[in-house]
Amino acid sequence: MLEIHELFAKVEGKQILNGLNLSIKPGEVHAIMGPNGSGKSTLGNVLTGRAGYEVISGDASFNGKNLFDLEVEERARDGLFLAFQYPVEIPGVSNMEFLKASVDARRKHLGLLDLSSFDFMKLARESSQKVSLDPAFLKRGVNEGFSGGEKKRNEIMQMMLLEPSLCILDETDSGLDIDALQVVAAGVNAMRSSSRSFIVVTHYQRLLDYIVPDYVHVLSQGKIVRTGDKELARELEAKGYGWLEEEGV
Amino acid sequence: MSEQVESLIRKEYAAGFHSAIESDTLAPGLDEDTVRFISAQKQEPEWMLDWRLKAFRAWQEMAEPTWAHVHYPEIDFSSISYYSAPKSMKDRPKSLDEVDPELIATYEKLGIPLHEQAALAGVAVDVVFDSVSVVTTFREKLREVGVIFCPISDAIREHPELVKKYLGSVVPQKDNFYSALNSAVFSDGSFVYIPKGVRCPMELSTYFRINELNTGQFERTLIIADEGSYVSYLEGCTAPMRDENQLHAAVVELVALDDAQIKYSTVQNWYPGDKEGKGGIYNFVTKRGVAHKNARISWTQVETGSAVTWKYPSCILKGDNSVGEFYSVALTNNFQQADTGTKMIHLGKNTRSTIVAKGISAGRSNSAYRGLVRINPTADGARNYTQCDSLLIGDRCGAHTFPYIETKNASAVIEHEATTSKVSDDQLFLCQQRGLDAEKAVSMIVNGFCREVFKELPMEFAVEAGKLLEVSLEGSVG
Repeated sequence: MLEIHELFAKVEGKQILNGLNLSIKPGEVHAIMGPNGSGKSTLGNVLTGRAGYEVISGDASFNGKNLFDLEVEERARDGLFLAFQYPVEIPGVSNMEFLKASVDARRKHLGLLDLSSFDFMKLARESSQKVSLDPAFLKRGVNEGFSGGEKKRNEIMQMMLLEPSLCILDETDSGLDIDALQVVAAGVNAMRSSSRSFIVVTHYQRLLDYIVPDYVHVLSQGKIVRTGDKELARELEAKGYGWLEEEGV
Repeated sequence: MSEQVESLIRKEYAAGFHSAIESDTLAPGLDEDTVRFISAQKQEPEWMLDWRLKAFRAWQEMAEPTWAHVHYPEIDFSSISYYSAPKSMKDRPKSLDEVDPELIATYEKLGIPLHEQAALAGVAVDVVFDSVSVVTTFREKLREVGVIFCPISDAIREHPELVKKYLGSVVPQKDNFYSALNSAVFSDGSFVYIPKGVRCPMELSTYFRINELNTGQFERTLIIADEGSYVSYLEGCTAPMRDENQLHAAVVELVALDDAQIKYSTVQNWYPGDKEGKGGIYNFVTKRGVAHKNARISWTQVETGSAVTWKYPSCILKGDNSVGEFYSVALTNNFQQADTGTKMIHLGKNTRSTIVAKGISAGRSNSAYRGLVRINPTADGARNYTQCDSLLIGDRCGAHTFPYIETKNASAVIEHEATTSKVSDDQLFLCQQRGLDAEKAVSMIVNGFCREVFKELPMEFAVEAGKLLEVSLEGSVG
């Protein structure tokens, strides 16, 4: 699914990723943890191609294609999805219109016809119910006046509609109360399948109680310094990150 | 990112073709003989010529206004031709079949197939090509309900009592420099009269096009909605691509008598000049309506064209309980400049006005909103709401707001809201991360920004306006 090899990248002239390696197979859930400034969010932004995030060297192949050869929207249409930590508002553009344009772009890329408005509406309503979002939100401007929790649920709804093959959740748990966290986790779990993979970026072990990862990686100073299973997350919760850095790995 | 946005703004002007139609064009220059010539060409009665000459003499005493936030080289009014008519128009066609096929083809290139549009959309179209009105569809059908929709030159001959009474009653000859010039040399335009209590059965529409080189277009539109009547009117404008600047100085007057309603929509796509700022139309227009008791006037405009725009569609709320509305989207790109807005003059009691102005600036363009809300001492209980939003695309453009509020009545309630925002990197990235390309993303964001105004346009034109914005923004990100 995704093979990252010796990736070095910088943001605003500052080198953040320092030779990162990661291999993800279909169906796997990888959690990425690490202290502030270790490069967790940078990884998602570099992979999806956000402006300002510059690859220095290294490569990443996604389903056999070199990711860094592709435009932002091409990566998205190929099935790479980023759930944002801070989803932005687009006033006046209805959620429905935005989602339909996104879904149609992905379908076109896959050689499928546009969904009829009727079919799309039905699908969108079902997805909104799965994340406990009132279908009335579909008619509102994209994220316009949504609470923090509503924005995150809206992200998960978009993920459901687009059916990506690799989903990157960038601190989706930040700012969520426990109820919203459960809704978001249930949405993600419902989408787990043998052909879909996830990268879950988080600060806290709490989210991983609900979305149980196959692997937990610790990122420090731009590279992975420790890999384990979900027990590693518990250990980190108890001991913090300091001991890993002291071990000098 | 600003580089990304910049490159989206590069677009070609889709209406920039020139039609090979033979025409009679008056040599450039402006004196009393020019005015006499135009009047004679139109076979106008003596009173009309006198009216024009009075305006011309007034104009000679006036100076060009310089207060607007726009910059352009001085205009040499003697280098402009003030009259051009397609040759085959000397014998006016009686029906569409008699119209020069080249001309019909021109309108088809513009996406206005007359037959089709007339039939499908139920739109009656008056087409003004350079200086003369070419054809008016549905004239007969409208006449059955008493609606008069014809070129203003016909109205001067056939309905002199209405023209004498209302022409210049809303925009006096001496109102400003350009209205005086227009009053002297106006060539054609539309005339509409809706009788008492009649709801006009279809949208009325005029398309203006400047075709000839070095020609100015000075159209004059007069719409009278008699008591209790209703009309919705739309104008569209285009011009071919020329290196020289061309002048367009129109005057539009609306009269809404007691309980009448006039909805006036404009989609203005005059040639804006090229990417370096060469050429383009100077659009200096005076539009004003007077609303009598319980009457309502709505101006909706989508302005994407012209090199320089100077335009303030206004309402004089004369009658008690009358309502004025102004909904505007003004998009400037490359080197375009726009200084546009409205004036709401409250005279009657309990008069209400609403202003929603959206300015979008891209490239190195500048757009300004200039608005006046005046509450006179007589206007007890007057209310105004103004919302003025600017959207910037890239970092080399400018948006400016000049709101003037004058209140002489303590019972007035006036609200003013203004915002300025940018199409942000984050918004673009969200759209692209969801699979939309950058151009589609920008056009979607801009359309969202304009939503409140577009919903005021007649349905078929709202779609057209959305597409026009998309075309105007092509190449502004990439």
